[in-house]
Amino acid sequence: MSAAEEVVTEGHAVEAVPKRAMTLGTGTSLVVLAVLLLVPLVVKNFVIFQMTMLLIYGLAVLALNILTGGSGQFSLGQSAFYAIGAYTSAILMEQYNVNYALTLPVAGIICFAAGFLFGQPALRLSGVYLALATFALATAMPQLLKLGYFEKWTGGVQGLVVTKPDAPFGLSMSQDMWLYYFTLLITIAIYLFSVNLLRSRSGRAFMAIRDNEIAASAMGVDVALYKTLAFGVSAGITGVAGGLGAIAVQFVAPDSYTITLAISLFLGMVVGGVGWLPGSFIGSAFIIFVPNIAESVSKGLSGAVFGVLLFLVIFLIPHGARQVAILCQQLAARLRR
Amino acid sequence: MLKGLRTAALAAAAIVCVCMLCLPDGALAQKKYDTGVSDTEIKIGNIMPYSGPASAYGVIGKTEQAYFDKVNAEGGVNGRKIKFLSYDDGYSPPKAVEQARKLVEDDGVLLIFNPLGTPSNSAIEKYMNGQKVPQLFVATGASKWSEPKQFPWTMGWQPSYEVEAHIYAKYLLKQKPDAKIGVLYQNDDFGKDYLKGLKDGLGAKASMITAEESYETAEPSIDSHVVKLKSAGVDVFISITTPKFAAQAIKKLAEIDWHPLHIVSNVSASVGGVMKPAGFENSQGILSAAYAKDGADPQWDNDPGMKLFYAFLDRYFPDGDRLDASVVYGYGVAQTLVKVLQMCGDDLTRDNVMKQAESLKDFEPDTLLPGIKINTSPTDFAPIKQLQMMRFKGEKWDLFGDIISGGMSN
Repeated sequence: MSAAEEVVTEGHAVEAVPKRAMTLGTGTSLVVLAVLLLVPLVVKNFVIFQMTMLLIYGLAVLALNILTGGSGQFSLGQSAFYAIGAYTSAILMEQYNVNYALTLPVAGIICFAAGFLFGQPALRLSGVYLALATFALATAMPQLLKLGYFEKWTGGVQGLVVTKPDAPFGLSMSQDMWLYYFTLLITIAIYLFSVNLLRSRSGRAFMAIRDNEIAASAMGVDVALYKTLAFGVSAGITGVAGGLGAIAVQFVAPDSYTITLAISLFLGMVVGGVGWLPGSFIGSAFIIFVPNIAESVSKGLSGAVFGVLLFLVIFLIPHGARQVAILCQQLAARLRR
Repeated sequence: MLKGLRTAALAAAAIVCVCMLCLPDGALAQKKYDTGVSDTEIKIGNIMPYSGPASAYGVIGKTEQAYFDKVNAEGGVNGRKIKFLSYDDGYSPPKAVEQARKLVEDDGVLLIFNPLGTPSNSAIEKYMNGQKVPQLFVATGASKWSEPKQFPWTMGWQPSYEVEAHIYAKYLLKQKPDAKIGVLYQNDDFGKDYLKGLKDGLGAKASMITAEESYETAEPSIDSHVVKLKSAGVDVFISITTPKFAAQAIKKLAEIDWHPLHIVSNVSASVGGVMKPAGFENSQGILSAAYAKDGADPQWDNDPGMKLFYAFLDRYFPDGDRLDASVVYGYGVAQTLVKVLQMCGDDLTRDNVMKQAESLKDFEPDTLLPGIKINTSPTDFAPIKQLQMMRFKGEKWDLFGDIISGGMSN
């Protein structure tokens, strides 16, 4: 039976986003790129490390954005794919001495397969039910990683320590800086791929499914295929992010990939603006820096402070960073007049 | 439209740039000190799970802060005030790496003291040793923190699970050499470390362990494991469990009227958290081992060390619960750090901190059991290696026997 037979009764969970509004203009993109390229030359290694993490979590949020903002499916299970990617890279690097750069495509492919397979049963679920199913995946993952059967590879609860790569070709830059540029390169590649994917025929199919499954099916879109494909692509990108994360943090352990991570990524997507790809990186900045700010306000109540800040964001700008961008745009247009 | 967006993004980018340039620089190092030390101040870093699943341990960080407040109020260490920077990692290893790097590279601390959690410490161990910054007195019971050859900048503090298990093994070899031991252990690093220690401690007689049962923390009840061990015909029941499960086991044993020699790991030796909920009448005669004094135990009321501890709580940490073992722990470990810093004198380099930390001789913090002493050497990075056996009687633990050292030499 086709998924279209299941009548979707709920309203639009995700507001429709026109595809041109999903990206930044060329000029803005170049400025952002220049900033990302030049800033590491003048800041300390620690800040470079934070920027690397920003890009990595940004990629993971981007992947979720393709799934939710693109095809309208929810997932609270991204941490599971992130973990699979991280462990794939770590195990290949440490147990089989594979070059770190080569582990990333492997992580991506394995996660794509995992996501695609998980997408099959997920077809029968939508909305909150899908969110719950993926939630189960995220809760199960840390325990699966601890299983005695896999311990030979995963290191069990102790995790695995990963060696950080040096800059190649005798380049005289720190490991952090090299890893940053390496991550930046991959991020740009994946970002361009994502933008083009959403502009392509497949992307239009995703969005048609998001806006109205039945209409999409009537127009000849293979709903089942594209829904699972969206899951696969999203999981694949998350896997690459996970692999990069393992290299940057130099350590993988089951405790790194709990449900908290999945919720953080979800939060990043909402704060950045669902369906607005550049917002993924703003959302990523939110989940990295705002907890630190909350902690500096009050140590004992950091969770509560974070909650208040999050509440303010959701209350004042429910559409996240995208809304701010649009507001700025309107303001600038008015000033010019 | 688009132009406006561009301007906005430009402005945002410019702000980001300015923010990053303005980040405060690390403290300027002076010639005779390493980063983080000046004539008036010593910066100490720390990472604690103030939020997340292990947030109950966050009180350790608060106790340490209060202890350093006390030291500063009394004039500091050789005239230098301790500035304690304690960050939250939510028990997440990647966050611990970020916080460790922030402390070392951004705040410029002299050392990171007592970071909590086996996963978090594993995550930062390589980084700390690569940077040659002391990762001093880590707050975990895993046995892997005493490897001075491989990780010369990392040192533990409390007796490891393995050491504690050695002590039970020694006790059994002496008191009950023909015992048939049944072990119930939690299936994680904690349980596995213990089991390994027990087997190592029994050595050639490891076959005394005739039955092993493991449980997952996700299991609602461990009753079936207890019943299985009983039917295996063992006469010593070693419970390597966390408090909730330890209490369950004690209750179940009473329920099925099974009375083997019952040993509970120190983790679950809490009177308030385990024995009371399991029922005092069911807990009589249970054995365990301890290295610190119990704030709940009236026998220490007139102990000079504990009097200092209580005075500290009254004056500097009124929120601290004297019954909470974490508070006792935080006090003891902070006192050990201050001792090391005092020994450093005016040579406050990271090298010298490690040199002094590995030459502690017979140091006795106020909150450790009488006779338990901290000793380290360049080849021994495990400060506390001794415990004393205790038996539950009435509503409290009775210490008995000598202080036993957990070393492998029998």
